[in-house]
Amino acid sequence: MTDPTPAPTTAGAGTPAPAPTPLPPRSPAEGPPDAGGTGPWGIPLPQEDGTVTLRVWRGDATAGQLVDYTLPAQDGEVVLDVVHRIQASVAPDLACRWNCKAGKCGSCSSEINGRPRLMCMTRVDELPEGPITVTPLRTFPILRDLVTDVSFNYEMAKQVPAFAPPPPPPDGYRMQQEDVQRGQEFRKCIECFLCQDVCHVIRDHEENKAQYAGPRFFIRYAELEMHPLDTNDRRELVRQRMGLSLCNITKCCTEVCPEHIKITDNAIIPLKERVVDSSYDPVAWLGRKILRRHKRSPDEATAEAP
Amino acid sequence: MAMWAGADVIEMECVQFHPTGMVWPLSVRGLLVTEGVRGDGGALENSEGRRFMFDYIPEMFRAETAETEEEADAWYDDHINHRRTPDLLPRDEVARAINSEVKAGRGSPHGGVFLDIASRRPAEYIRRRLPSMYHQFMELAGVDITAEPMEVGPTCHYMMGGVRVHPETQAATVPGLFAAGEVAGGMHGANRLGGNSLSDLLVFGRRAGTGAADFAEARTGDPTVDAAQVEAVLAEAVAPFARDGGENPYELHQDLQATMQSLVGIIRNGPELEQALDKLGELRERAGKVSLGGGRAYNPGWNLATDLPSMLTVSTAIAQGALARKESRGGHTRDDYPGPDPELGKVNFVQRQTDERGYCAPIHIAPEPLPQMPAELQALLEEGH
Repeated sequence: MTDPTPAPTTAGAGTPAPAPTPLPPRSPAEGPPDAGGTGPWGIPLPQEDGTVTLRVWRGDATAGQLVDYTLPAQDGEVVLDVVHRIQASVAPDLACRWNCKAGKCGSCSSEINGRPRLMCMTRVDELPEGPITVTPLRTFPILRDLVTDVSFNYEMAKQVPAFAPPPPPPDGYRMQQEDVQRGQEFRKCIECFLCQDVCHVIRDHEENKAQYAGPRFFIRYAELEMHPLDTNDRRELVRQRMGLSLCNITKCCTEVCPEHIKITDNAIIPLKERVVDSSYDPVAWLGRKILRRHKRSPDEATAEAP
Repeated sequence: MAMWAGADVIEMECVQFHPTGMVWPLSVRGLLVTEGVRGDGGALENSEGRRFMFDYIPEMFRAETAETEEEADAWYDDHINHRRTPDLLPRDEVARAINSEVKAGRGSPHGGVFLDIASRRPAEYIRRRLPSMYHQFMELAGVDITAEPMEVGPTCHYMMGGVRVHPETQAATVPGLFAAGEVAGGMHGANRLGGNSLSDLLVFGRRAGTGAADFAEARTGDPTVDAAQVEAVLAEAVAPFARDGGENPYELHQDLQATMQSLVGIIRNGPELEQALDKLGELRERAGKVSLGGGRAYNPGWNLATDLPSMLTVSTAIAQGALARKESRGGHTRDDYPGPDPELGKVNFVQRQTDERGYCAPIHIAPEPLPQMPAELQALLEEGH
């Protein structure tokens, strides 16, 4: 990764540059920026012997194995580029999902050297020397090669009770920017399901899938609960049936999120705090009884889910 | 698909090349750099540091475009007393300008030009207004757009041409077929403005839906399908699995891409277009010999082999249309006919298949006069001036 060249203006942070210094003329004879230094993981970049080897899992639900493919390396490639070149040359039936190649659609999720990553956002030159292992998402059933059945997530999505605003007042809804802002981070989610894949609660315990929504949906529940206009109360649902308490905040989800959403700190922990307030705090309980604030039960809430 | 069903298509030669796509590194080549970067203050520069768009302002837009850099820069804050920066001229103008700069040797190291916002706006502003651009360049190219310029170049982006439809119902010329959005032609003429694809989808998508519903409700009886036709299609679909040692669909695809990129690109001319049509004929023959291995479940090679005939048909229509339209208009630019021809501005080039259908069948092309604009729409347009 190149070091950024110093900005030509000397304006202080946050103040607009008074008269921007024009950038120095560039000669088209300049070569490409050099690729020395260390990659984003702090690993020294390898000297390529001119080839790249992907060790790809091939197979289906019944059987499979790792197969090595070695190709001449090309500058500036991501793992998905190499997969495409493998498809175009020696393995045209190598199944993989992909679409935008820009880290926005969430299709190309896989495990690269054991780590859940998007294939289109993983540069070959940031990985250590040697064969690069590319395997499908382990938490979900295999369809073929790198393609898995992620319908668990769609089932969980169906169970989230919808946003429920009150009837609009005559001059329209009013909200504070800071209240709306809280949930904006969660809307960056591209549903790549890397967080769902890495979470040990379902990755290592298939039986937990029946009672655990997973990090992607905890941010959805958090967004809705934090919305200033929402009148639904999903806290009991999240506690009793969506497995919020199974999360022991190991934060692997936050580490793998390609959109850098602070899943654990900004969604799961505040959601846990709200659940505790509603279910386990005697003072809050008393306050609710006195003020007769009605809390919808999970059945009421789920009955209104789409 | 529409063409193989015998439907008319129009303006297939009108392909939009978005001026700013990423060019480097390989993994991001072609990814879009939104017009919003220029809208928020970014400026295009060549290798000499010159904002070259000032040299490419066409007569048609001179009155509404800034003449000096000072005026252009002031426009961002005051639209009333200043005219718009030439960096925001229509996409075809900017794409051609970049192409010329690169051909003249004033391009960036990887064959594009520079889009600079780093020296023109504070880092905080750039990160707030363009978070996904910042992210895209940082993660995929290791470029910090708050500190250095981006390398950008024209990239194939949108197709203005397509299925000829009735503007109220979106019905094609084949009964029962409806089309809306990029696949339909005529809405955007020879060049589409930024943002209009989205509004097009909403408005005409809805019309297509209601048009189709009305058509379905008006029908009586049950349509039947010819079983023999279905058998034939199925047999053709699985044929590649039975062939041995034939063409690799990926290689065919790459050859098709190379042909279109070099011979039917941003700037076209007669001899190259003829060459392209010959080459496409060869590619069509090769497509009949594609062979595949592997199973039928989730086989991307098979998906590509299935798509290739469609790609060849569309490519042929584009090249044919480009050869027939002997002028430059909107997204369609001919070196050998550099200006617009008012006579050709009054016609659509309509293409269709008739008795023979399919990717090997000929595509007929003929000019037809544009439909007359209804008087009430004409009046609305005049009102605005």
